[in-house]
Amino acid sequence: MFEDFTLFPEAASTVAGGIDRLYFFLIGMTTFAVAGILSALILFSIRYRRRPDRAAQQIDGSVPLEIIWSAIPLALWVFIFGWSAKLYLEIHTTPSEGMTYFVTGKQWMWKIQHPTGQREINTMHVPRGEVVILKLVSEDVIHDFFVPAFRIKQDVLPGTQYTTIWFEATKVGTYDLFCAEYCGTKHSEMIGSVVVMDPADYQAWLDGQPAGQDPVDAGRVLFENLRCVTCHDAGSGQRGPDLSGRFGRPTSLSDGRTVLFDESYVRESILEPKRRLSAGYQPLMPTYTGQVTDTQINQLIAYVKSLANSDVAPKGGDADGGNGQ
Amino acid sequence: MTAASKQHASTKESNYLTAGYGVRSWLLTVDHKRIALLYLISLTTFFSVGGLFAVLIRLELLTPQGDLFQSETYNKLFTMHGIFMVFFFLVPSIPAVLGNFFLPLMIGARDVAFPKLNLLSWYVYAAGGLVTLFAMFAGGVDTGWTFYAPYSSTYANSHVILAALGIFITGFSSILTGVNFIATTHRMRAPGLTWMRLPLFVWANYATSLIMVLGTPVIAVTILLVAIERLLHVGIFDPALGGDPILFQHLFWFYSHPAVYIMILPGMGVMSEIVACFTRKRIFGYKIVAMSSLAIAILGFLVWGHHMFVSGQSMYAGFVFSLLSMLVAVPSAIKVFNWTATMYRGSITFATPMLYALGFIGLFTIGGLTGIFLAAMALDIHVHDTYFVVAHFHYVMVGGMVMAYLGGLHFYWPKMFGRMYHEGLAKVAAVMIFIGFNLTFFPQFLLGYLGMPRRYHVYDEDFQVLNVLSTAGASVLGLGFALPICYLIFSLKFGKKVGDNPWDAAGLEWTISSPPYEHNFHEIPEVTEEAYDYGKREAARV
Amino acid sequence: MSDATHTGPLAHHFETLEQQNETSAIGMWAFLVQEVMFFGGMFACYIVYRHMYPTAFLEGSAHLDPLLGGINTAVLLGSSLTMALAVRAAQLGKRGQTALLIGATVVLGLVFFGVKYFEYAEKWHHGLVPGLHWAPTGNPDPHLHIFFALYFIMTGMHALHMVIGFVLMAFVGVRALRGRYSPENYIGVEVLGLYWHFVDLVWIFLFPLLYLLSAHLGGGAH
Ligand SMILES: [Cu+2]
Ligand SMILES: [Cu+2]
Repeated sequence: MFEDFTLFPEAASTVAGGIDRLYFFLIGMTTFAVAGILSALILFSIRYRRRPDRAAQQIDGSVPLEIIWSAIPLALWVFIFGWSAKLYLEIHTTPSEGMTYFVTGKQWMWKIQHPTGQREINTMHVPRGEVVILKLVSEDVIHDFFVPAFRIKQDVLPGTQYTTIWFEATKVGTYDLFCAEYCGTKHSEMIGSVVVMDPADYQAWLDGQPAGQDPVDAGRVLFENLRCVTCHDAGSGQRGPDLSGRFGRPTSLSDGRTVLFDESYVRESILEPKRRLSAGYQPLMPTYTGQVTDTQINQLIAYVKSLANSDVAPKGGDADGGNGQ
Repeated sequence: MTAASKQHASTKESNYLTAGYGVRSWLLTVDHKRIALLYLISLTTFFSVGGLFAVLIRLELLTPQGDLFQSETYNKLFTMHGIFMVFFFLVPSIPAVLGNFFLPLMIGARDVAFPKLNLLSWYVYAAGGLVTLFAMFAGGVDTGWTFYAPYSSTYANSHVILAALGIFITGFSSILTGVNFIATTHRMRAPGLTWMRLPLFVWANYATSLIMVLGTPVIAVTILLVAIERLLHVGIFDPALGGDPILFQHLFWFYSHPAVYIMILPGMGVMSEIVACFTRKRIFGYKIVAMSSLAIAILGFLVWGHHMFVSGQSMYAGFVFSLLSMLVAVPSAIKVFNWTATMYRGSITFATPMLYALGFIGLFTIGGLTGIFLAAMALDIHVHDTYFVVAHFHYVMVGGMVMAYLGGLHFYWPKMFGRMYHEGLAKVAAVMIFIGFNLTFFPQFLLGYLGMPRRYHVYDEDFQVLNVLSTAGASVLGLGFALPICYLIFSLKFGKKVGDNPWDAAGLEWTISSPPYEHNFHEIPEVTEEAYDYGKREAARV
Repeated sequence: MSDATHTGPLAHHFETLEQQNETSAIGMWAFLVQEVMFFGGMFACYIVYRHMYPTAFLEGSAHLDPLLGGINTAVLLGSSLTMALAVRAAQLGKRGQTALLIGATVVLGLVFFGVKYFEYAEKWHHGLVPGLHWAPTGNPDPHLHIFFALYFIMTGMHALHMVIGFVLMAFVGVRALRGRYSPENYIGVEVLGLYWHFVDLVWIFLFPLLYLLSAHLGGGAH
């Protein structure tokens, strides 16, 4: 019971240090304030305890004091807001380049798919010093992907939209992965680990895995088999938009809005094609809900993404972190 | 505050307790004081049920393995703990018991504005409570008190609809109480009792009533929609049917964040009464303290999104909610400073209510400041849904609200029943509660930063030492809570009889007999003084 | 009034009739604020889903008959008029007229229910009741059920408020007949009027939001 006892979690990602600094600052502030209030309480309790010869002195209040003790906390907390907002912006802004993993939560396990197609359950191997971008989605209820050592956490929602989170591990080791959003009976057993390896070891580990089908290739095959190609063919260009060179760019919709053509948009278009229609097309595409698995959707996305890479245009940054809402 | 009228000193006259006997005279009463006692009994029952669940939770968490209960059972335990404590104890607690009893007395009224509606509120509350108890005996609920969709609406295998119905019904009790208090405060004040002469307890309850009226209907609709969704699968919150689970969270927290202030504001009101009485002083910065209650009630409606920083809410919404959450902390801080300043040059005594008040200031300060940790978005990413959050809201709810409730109960007990409890035992209980509370919940801050998620039945062995400490503290805390129930009941029959004003306190409620007459005042008093007129009493004493 | 008596229109805990009346009015206003928030929660859902699924809402709205909705709007407005006249009659101390006008308000409310019954039955017939009888024909929008779920929840809640209104009207109407109100003391009729106007007002919002979407946005009814 005592051998693993610790009061502070390990810090193993690039953002952990920044969060810990904010935490220590806030602990300092709290300690200072509590110590101040407590000393005042104790001091006043002793100094002004009831004496037969001294009456309480009635004081109505003091405007300068009220201003001081409103303004100082206000200024301090607005400062903390600024600090934390800046940090949040850093954590929330997904780098444009990185290894994209797909993570699917379901009662009560984590399914992980590597960028190169290998799959794991409840364990996730990643290389140290690389940006790892996670596209998270749930098959049933809301879960939450939480790695305390990385100081990251993101709800995993069911539906058509991915939520996104990223990290860059700084230390080799095995770290706890928890589900942090209550999801039913075995919520507390929906745990796993993130194994951070040296890049070379990671490559060796990957090579030792049963070779997963390359997602792009698998996606291309699916694209044929599901007959997507009949409408989304680069040549014909009538019933559905040509998908090459689209990924990662803004796309205009039939109702005049614009949307970023990203993982979430592709997923949504497969599951609910009528919801956000590309400008200039009729709502002819049927839904594929129930006909494709999450794995197959991931492969289709990988394929559509590869069509963008063939194009010369640069890929746009993903500043909003891919939030669906 | 002096009442211009002199109350008759005849002791033979019947008071509200002796005005009628038998079950009927209680169950059909429209006397706000008797209704307050009906609430006191039912609230204590629900507090005990919720407390029992807490004991079982802490016992299970003594070891990392799930050796005492199945996961299903454990999940129901924390859910029922949350539901009973939040909806059936914390939300009604001070308004329904002390507010019902003392709001009319403090403003010199013979009753609340709508006495029959007041009785109806209690019946509605009791009906909601019985439905929820029935849900518990029928097998319980396992969604957590937050009822997040789509788990609650589609996947949970438990009595969600029954429990939702219980909460829905109880909500109307809250609404009716709020309506009653608003009308009472506006139109039933004694002549001369202007707004700026009101006791701060009345201000706090008034602000609370505003939140009850504005917020409760939204949770009622939300929980109703969950029930409809569960019954008919119509696609309101379940994304599989096109619904939006984030919308549920918005609606839920639109009420449930302000509900935090429903729980704490009346406690702050009690604090002002106690601190003034036991320092023999007018509250420092009366107007600011009164206005800060209103500020909290209004600002409290603008910060709900701070519960959703990792839910997938837009980042810009997050910024706004984070900043506003920093602002809403300011009026609370102002109150703490003003209570502390009130002690300066006071003439302080340390009867039991004052011990609770001192405990409140310390614990609420920690509870409030750890709220800043959670409002800071980047830090919230790490501590959201961990034991840090659990520790934070228990510091506010138990360290703040329950402390104030017990302090208020001890302060007003002699007025309510005309008898005094055993002061020695009361002090022992107060100290036990303070120590037990800190031992229970302080380790949970550390657990949270270490990364232990909340609502975990089995947990990582690294977390055990702190969990053992927490459970040890909980046993002290449990005994501390059991003690007042015993000596307070004992005092009803055997307590020393006290006069009308045992604390020599200011306020209209202390000018009438203990226990009060059936209709409170023979003649409606006329008020000519500010609240907390302790100067004259002090001049007379020295 | 130093003695607590329960006779007469003045309750024991008030000092004057004026105080009692003002208190009742404030109570009802506070209650109506509560009602605004109650319906506000549902309107919030409506706004969110209409934004998410504009086509489903257009299609759903096209299933509703603006003529029937319009008739019902007129009927309810008429009932508000009779209710306002009832309050006026009570103010003038005409007890028979007060009761009669309250009765007329109930009758108009029942006419509204008749039309509503016809509409609901038609929806049932066409399989447009989510959860209970959902079998829309043709090629419905995949989220049409959300529009109809909200339609039934919102109009259902509105109807429930009308039923509560009927109960209150029966109570107040009988009291009016028995001469419990007078020009000095008719607050019971007045707060009932406030309640009924509120119920009306909710419908004034529901009608265009549910019935007139397709006409308004030119979505083209089919
Ligand atoms: Cu979980
Ligand atoms: Cu909150």
